[in-house]
Amino acid sequence: MKLNIAAAPHLRTKDNVRSIMLDVLIALIPSFLVSAWVFGFRAVWIMLYTMILAEGMEIFIMKVLRKQKNFKPDFSASVTGLLLAMNLSLAVNWWQIFIGVLVAIGLGKHVYGGLGKNIFNPALVGRVFMLISFPIAMTTWYRPFYFKYDTITTATPLAILKEHGVEALYNNPDYAINLKSLFIGTVPGSIGEVSAIALIIGFIYLVIRKRIKIWIPITYISTVFVISGIFYMIDPSKYASPLFHILSGGLMLGALFMATDMVTSPMTVKGHIIFGVGLGFITMIIRLFGGYPEGVSFSILIMNSLVPLIDIYAKPRIFGTVRGGKK
Amino acid sequence: MALLTFKGGVHPPEKKELAEHKQIKILPLPEKVYIYTTNHLGAPAKIIVEPGQKVKTGQKIGEANGFISANIHSTITGEVIEIVKMTNAATGTRNDVVVIQRTGDDEWDLIPEHGDYTKKSPEEIVNIVKEAGIVGLGGAMFPSHVKMSIPKGKKAEYLIINAAECEPYITIDNRMMIEKSSEIVKGIKIIMHATGVKKAYIGIESNKPEAIEKMKEAVSGEPIEIKVLKTKYPQGAEKQLIYAITKKEVPSGGLPLDVGVIVFNVSTTYAIYEAVEHGKPLVERGITLTGEGVKNPGNFIYRIGTKVKDLLDHVGLVEEEKIDRILYGGPMMGIPLPDIELPTFKGNNALTVLTKDIVPKKESFPCIRCSKCVQVCPINLMPYLLKLQVEKREYDKAMEYGLMDCIECGSCSYACPAGIELVKTFKTGKKVARALKGRAKK
Ligand code: SF4
Ligand code: SF4
Repeated sequence: MKLNIAAAPHLRTKDNVRSIMLDVLIALIPSFLVSAWVFGFRAVWIMLYTMILAEGMEIFIMKVLRKQKNFKPDFSASVTGLLLAMNLSLAVNWWQIFIGVLVAIGLGKHVYGGLGKNIFNPALVGRVFMLISFPIAMTTWYRPFYFKYDTITTATPLAILKEHGVEALYNNPDYAINLKSLFIGTVPGSIGEVSAIALIIGFIYLVIRKRIKIWIPITYISTVFVISGIFYMIDPSKYASPLFHILSGGLMLGALFMATDMVTSPMTVKGHIIFGVGLGFITMIIRLFGGYPEGVSFSILIMNSLVPLIDIYAKPRIFGTVRGGKK
Repeated sequence: MALLTFKGGVHPPEKKELAEHKQIKILPLPEKVYIYTTNHLGAPAKIIVEPGQKVKTGQKIGEANGFISANIHSTITGEVIEIVKMTNAATGTRNDVVVIQRTGDDEWDLIPEHGDYTKKSPEEIVNIVKEAGIVGLGGAMFPSHVKMSIPKGKKAEYLIINAAECEPYITIDNRMMIEKSSEIVKGIKIIMHATGVKKAYIGIESNKPEAIEKMKEAVSGEPIEIKVLKTKYPQGAEKQLIYAITKKEVPSGGLPLDVGVIVFNVSTTYAIYEAVEHGKPLVERGITLTGEGVKNPGNFIYRIGTKVKDLLDHVGLVEEEKIDRILYGGPMMGIPLPDIELPTFKGNNALTVLTKDIVPKKESFPCIRCSKCVQVCPINLMPYLLKLQVEKREYDKAMEYGLMDCIECGSCSYACPAGIELVKTFKTGKKVARALKGRAKK
C-alpha cells in the first residue's frame, strides 16, 4: 500500500485565498448596484473595464513576465481593479484607466514581488498616480441621476465644504446634501464611494464570513467621529457635523474596504487599533487643515508605510511570559 | 454557565460520530509483538532478555536506563525470537525492538507489591508505577513515575485529569470514562495519595455529555470536580488545559508544577489503577481505530507492540486506491506512517485512516497577511513572521519571538487560507535551534 506522509495537520480549513477574494467581490456588489443606479451605464462600464483589465494584466505578468506557467487567477487583481474603479471619477477615459491599472498592478504590486509582498495598497497607488497625472479628469464631478454627464458638472460635498464653508453645504442649489442623501448615496463623488449603506451591507457580509480585520474600520471611523465632533462642538457654524464627516467622501469606502486590505494592514488587534486611530487622525488633519478636500487615500498610504513598525510594536504577549521578558 | 477555555484555537470537524458510541472491545491476542526500547520519552530501555528466551505476559524485558526512562514488558506469553532495529515514527529515532512470538494464552507475571493503595506509602506507589513502565498515554509518553515524584521544595496543589480529547476522530478516552468511570476515579485517588495533592479536576470537553454524566456520578463525595470545557482544538494541550481550569499560565519553558499542577491523561490514570490495584504492568491500552478509510470504526483494548496492519485487519479497510494516509493519532497532530507493517507503541491512542476525499487539496498561495494564524495561535505567537525568520535562519530572532514556546498544535497551518506549512517549519526549526544552542554551550 502506498501511503502519503504529508505533514500534520491532516485536516485544513476549506477557505483559501481565492475564496476570500471572491467574498470581497461579493461584498462590493451592493455598492456596484448603487453606483449603477446613481451614475448610470458609464459607471458600470468603468467598473467592469477596470476589473477585467487588472485581472488580465496580472495574468500576463504572472504567465509571461514571471514565467509562472501554472498560475491560476486568485482574483486579488480583480479586487484591486474594482476598488480602483470605485475610487475614480466618471470623467476618466479608457487610456487614463489603462495607465492607472498598469501602475496599480505593476508598480503597486508586482514590483514588490506580487501578491502579499506589496507595502502600499495597490488600488490607492493607482488612484494617487492618476490624481497627480490627470488632476482635472479626476476631480470633475457630475450630478447624481444626470446621465448626460458631459454637460453639467458640480462639486462634491467635501469640496463645497472646503471652498465655501458649512453654510453653503446645506444650501447647495445643485442637489440635496443632507444626511439621508449621504447615507443612501445620491450625491456626487467617486464611483463607488457615495453610498454608505451599500458599503456597510458589504462590510457586514465580510464580518459574518470572518473575512475582515474589523477593528480597523471601527477605530478609524470612531476617531474621525470624535475629532470632527470636538471641532463641531467648538464652532458648529464653521465646522461640519461628525455625521457629515463619516458619511461623506471616501471615508466609508476607505475605512471598510481599503484600509482593511489584508496585505497592507497590521497583524494583531492591537496593531489594528493603532492603525485605525492613526488613519482617523491623518484624515481629519488633511480634511480640516490641508489643501485637499479629502484625505482618505493619503492617510491610508501613509499608515501603510508604518505597518512593519506597528507589527513589531504591537506583537502579542507570548503565553507564559510577562511583557518584556520571561516570567 | 460559560464553558472554560483559552484564547485562540480552531474548530476542525469533530468526526467523533464514527466511533463514539462503539463499546470498547478486547481484541484477540496477536501472534507477534514488536516492543520498542523507545516506548517513552527519554533514554531507551536496556534489554534484559535474549533471543530464544521464554517470556510471560507482563514480564520485564527491558529496564529503565536512567531517571527519565521507563521499563518495557512483554505484552504476550511466548518466546523472544529476535532483536531488530526499527525506526520509531513517534520519536524519529532508530532503536532496538524486541520481537516476541506468542506460544499460548496469557500467563501473567504480575508486580508482587500490588494491592490496597491506602496501606502503601507514596514511595511504594511511585515504585509500582515505575515497575509497571507507565508513561503518558495521551501521546506524550513522559514516564509517569517521574511526574509523580514531586521534587523537594515544590508542591503540587492540584491534579488535573486531561479528558479533553480535543483531537478530531479519537474517542477512546470518552469511552473509557463511560465504561470505566469508577476505576478511573480510583486511579485519581491513587495519584492524589502518592503526590499529596488534595484537590483534583477532570477537564472534559462539552461534546462528551455521557462521559460528563458518568464521571459526575463516580466522583460524588470525593474531592474531585468535573470541569466542562469548551469544545475547541487544542483544548487538551497541557498549558491550555491548565489555563482553562485554573487561569494560571505555565511559564515559558517551565513545567505545570511551576504553577502547582500535575496533569495526567485518562488512560494513564486507568493504567496506574491497573498497576497498583491488580499488579498489571502496562501491556495493553485502549485505542480508537477510525477514519473514513476504516470499514467498522470502533474502540478497542489491544496489546502494545501489535503491528498496525494486524490491528486494522480487525476493523477492515476500504479499497486501497481510496486510502491516502494512515496516522498514529488523530488528524491534527498525528504522525503519518510510511508503512503499514510498523508496530504500535505505548502512546498510540488512535490509528486514523484518511481517504483521498478527506485530506486537504494541495494548492498553495503566497501569504496574504490575513492574520488568521496570529488569531488562532494559543501561545500568542506570530506564525507568519516566525516562518520567515526560520527560513532566513535567523534562529536568535525566532527564539526571541517564541519559537521554542510553540506547542506544535498545528492550529496555524489548519487555519491558513494560503495553505502554508507553518507548523512543519517550526518543528524542524526547533530541532535546528536546539542543536545550535547545544553546540554553542560546548
Ligand atoms: S505557532 Fe505553534 S503553538 Fe502557535 S498555532 Fe502554530 S503550531 Fe500552534
Ligand atoms: S494564516 Fe497564512 S496567509 Fe494568513 S497571515 Fe498567516 S501565514 Fe499568512
